[in-house]
Amino acid sequence: MPELRAPAPPEAASAAAHAPARPAGAPLWLKGLAPLVLLGGLVVLFLRVGPVGVFLQAFPPVEQLTVERIRLPERGVMEVRVVNGGPESVTIAQVMVDDANWVHTLDGSRTLERLASRIVTIPYPWVEGEPHTVTLVTSTGLTFSGEVPVATLSPPVDARFAGTFALLGVYAGVIPVFIGLLWLPFVRAVSRRWIDFFLSLTIGLLIFLGADALEEALETVALVPGAYQGTALVLLGALGTPLALAAIGQWRARRRGERSPLYVAGLIALGIGLHNLGEGLAIGASYATGEIALGTFLVIGFLLHNTTEGLGIVTPLADQRPSLRTLIALGALAGVPTVLGAWIGGFTYSPVWTTLFFAIGAGAIAQVVYELWRLFGRRAGAGLMAPLNAAGLLAGMLIMYATGLLVPA
Amino acid sequence: MSNHKISRREVLKAGALGTMGLAAGVGATRASSLPALAQGDGAQTPTHGTHHDMVTVGQIDPGSFDPTAFLTRFDGGEVSRLPSGQLLREYELVAEDREVEVAPGVFFPAWTYNGQVPGPTIRCTEGDRIRVHFTNRGSHAHSIHFHGIHPANMDGAFEPVRPGAGYVYEFDTEPFGLHLYHCHTVPVKRHIHKGLYGAFIIDPKEGRPSANEMVMVMNGFDTNFDGENEVYAVNTVAFHYQKHPIPIRQGELTRLYVVNVTEFDLLNSFHLHGNLFRLYRTGTDLQRYDYTDMVALAQGERAVLEFTYQHAGPFMFHAHQSEFAELGWSGVFLVQEVPHA
Repeated sequence: MPELRAPAPPEAASAAAHAPARPAGAPLWLKGLAPLVLLGGLVVLFLRVGPVGVFLQAFPPVEQLTVERIRLPERGVMEVRVVNGGPESVTIAQVMVDDANWVHTLDGSRTLERLASRIVTIPYPWVEGEPHTVTLVTSTGLTFSGEVPVATLSPPVDARFAGTFALLGVYAGVIPVFIGLLWLPFVRAVSRRWIDFFLSLTIGLLIFLGADALEEALETVALVPGAYQGTALVLLGALGTPLALAAIGQWRARRRGERSPLYVAGLIALGIGLHNLGEGLAIGASYATGEIALGTFLVIGFLLHNTTEGLGIVTPLADQRPSLRTLIALGALAGVPTVLGAWIGGFTYSPVWTTLFFAIGAGAIAQVVYELWRLFGRRAGAGLMAPLNAAGLLAGMLIMYATGLLVPA
Repeated sequence: MSNHKISRREVLKAGALGTMGLAAGVGATRASSLPALAQGDGAQTPTHGTHHDMVTVGQIDPGSFDPTAFLTRFDGGEVSRLPSGQLLREYELVAEDREVEVAPGVFFPAWTYNGQVPGPTIRCTEGDRIRVHFTNRGSHAHSIHFHGIHPANMDGAFEPVRPGAGYVYEFDTEPFGLHLYHCHTVPVKRHIHKGLYGAFIIDPKEGRPSANEMVMVMNGFDTNFDGENEVYAVNTVAFHYQKHPIPIRQGELTRLYVVNVTEFDLLNSFHLHGNLFRLYRTGTDLQRYDYTDMVALAQGERAVLEFTYQHAGPFMFHAHQSEFAELGWSGVFLVQEVPHA
């Protein structure tokens, strides 16, 4: 690469002369860019002439299609969204439903480039309440399947649909959190020892929620098309979020000094809110595909399960006098994402987003647990491992477990 | 919490119910009009319950194997007379690897005799001498195992022919009937399911009554190699005779030579609509065995079917395993009206 050895332009050279202890030679930007230029050159070369070297055989491409979602928009019609997550383009040659070839149309070419997606529409007389399997046959004869666990009309995307899903989110997230906030007068009245107990209990609740979010994220990874690297998404969300939150906390602490209990409460609300976003996604998607019915039992389960989240938010505020507006804002931060999630999940379920949101939720909660731990350190009372507080920690997890039994989904 | 993926799997495990769904599709209107049947793949609008919804989409490449031509192509070989006066029929069979289109746009990496699946239909008369020059141009060892009576070293079971090598199978043909030939190199399951088989007809010396004759080899293709067939057909191409109905004439005797080579499934079957057929099992006896509209055949079993249609119009024929029928083993006879029939 002769241009790399070209003498530096005069202005760059003079700039370098001012900088102390910098070795002479090519300007800094060129040093940083040179590997990228070489990389670009190689990519162009490979695209033009193919890989240079000893590749004796052209192996058949590994095809990978993922059925992301099957909608049943009307009687006798199926809509299948499929994504090519493999390394090469894939051609969908035929479609079978329940082991029968079926006519169908695609909203584009039969050949899907890498990461391309298509909607396959099939005029199939599906049977209410029964499972169905849709199988795509590629030109090489490989098959990729998606399941309809229980066939039922997919809700139409309209105002009533949005209303239904909003209500779903309100029941599962908003109402429980706000009810939980009503414990504020109680935690304010109890003695300092018991505040410590409830703080420990909050940590217990959060550990349970964090583990739940991580488990959901890892479970959904199986449904993520390969090219999107589901496990890496979990890593990004679960590690990136606490890093970002910690960095924001540092920056804020430098400007405003010590972290206030309100800040911790806000962080808890944010963490719970991110978790509830993922939960809303899962609920919305399950409801839209007929996997769960919004029965009384489910609503009661979510009420009991998520009410404790509100308690977690108000406990750090036991010594404070937060305004009503602040309380509402905290509740909204924790609860309203459930509605957003339900909408996203109901309108357009995607394993990629579900995985990412759950991972972000898990990461946020991890950061919140860390902050609460530090809060303990600053308080004058007994440590987290004192008998009463350890019991609180355990009680928090037990409460979540016990009320989790009531959520049948 | 929302463990929806697990419950989904549970539901599916619990449900053999899934297959109930397709019964609804089959049970409905059989009285499809002919144009609808012929167009097959053209159906864009939902027309529920008719047979032209349940079909493959598109057409196979016209340059590839033509199942319609295969139906009536009988190979008598290169004919000469031996000094004894006996008729000698000589054949060239070449094993080669080739991709075959088993459904529109679906390509199967087959092993073939003479580049086609099924291989050529070999036909002779009882007592003829046949001499088959076999060359293996495939990537694996292969052989030809003929059903029938012949010496041990002509059986093809113990003499795998290496790639590039050859073998000559020669024997006097007996007994008359409908037989088959296939590769007998291990693993036999794969050598058969990859496409190395064909029909082998030995006619009785006195012949059979004059008829419109066709060969139907019932086969299947495990395109994703999971040990189950994704495509079923007679003569390889799914739904071919549904998209291209077979014309026959009212009052005319039709004779079908039906051979089952389907791998992986215990049984295959042939069911005829709007008629019954006289059944000659293995075709080795000229007395009819049964008068029926449905015959089940295990792998390697075969039968000669004779029937005459009284009524004109389209009549389906298909496997009476509905699953096979819906994955491609369905066809239509288009009975054409003859004025004074």
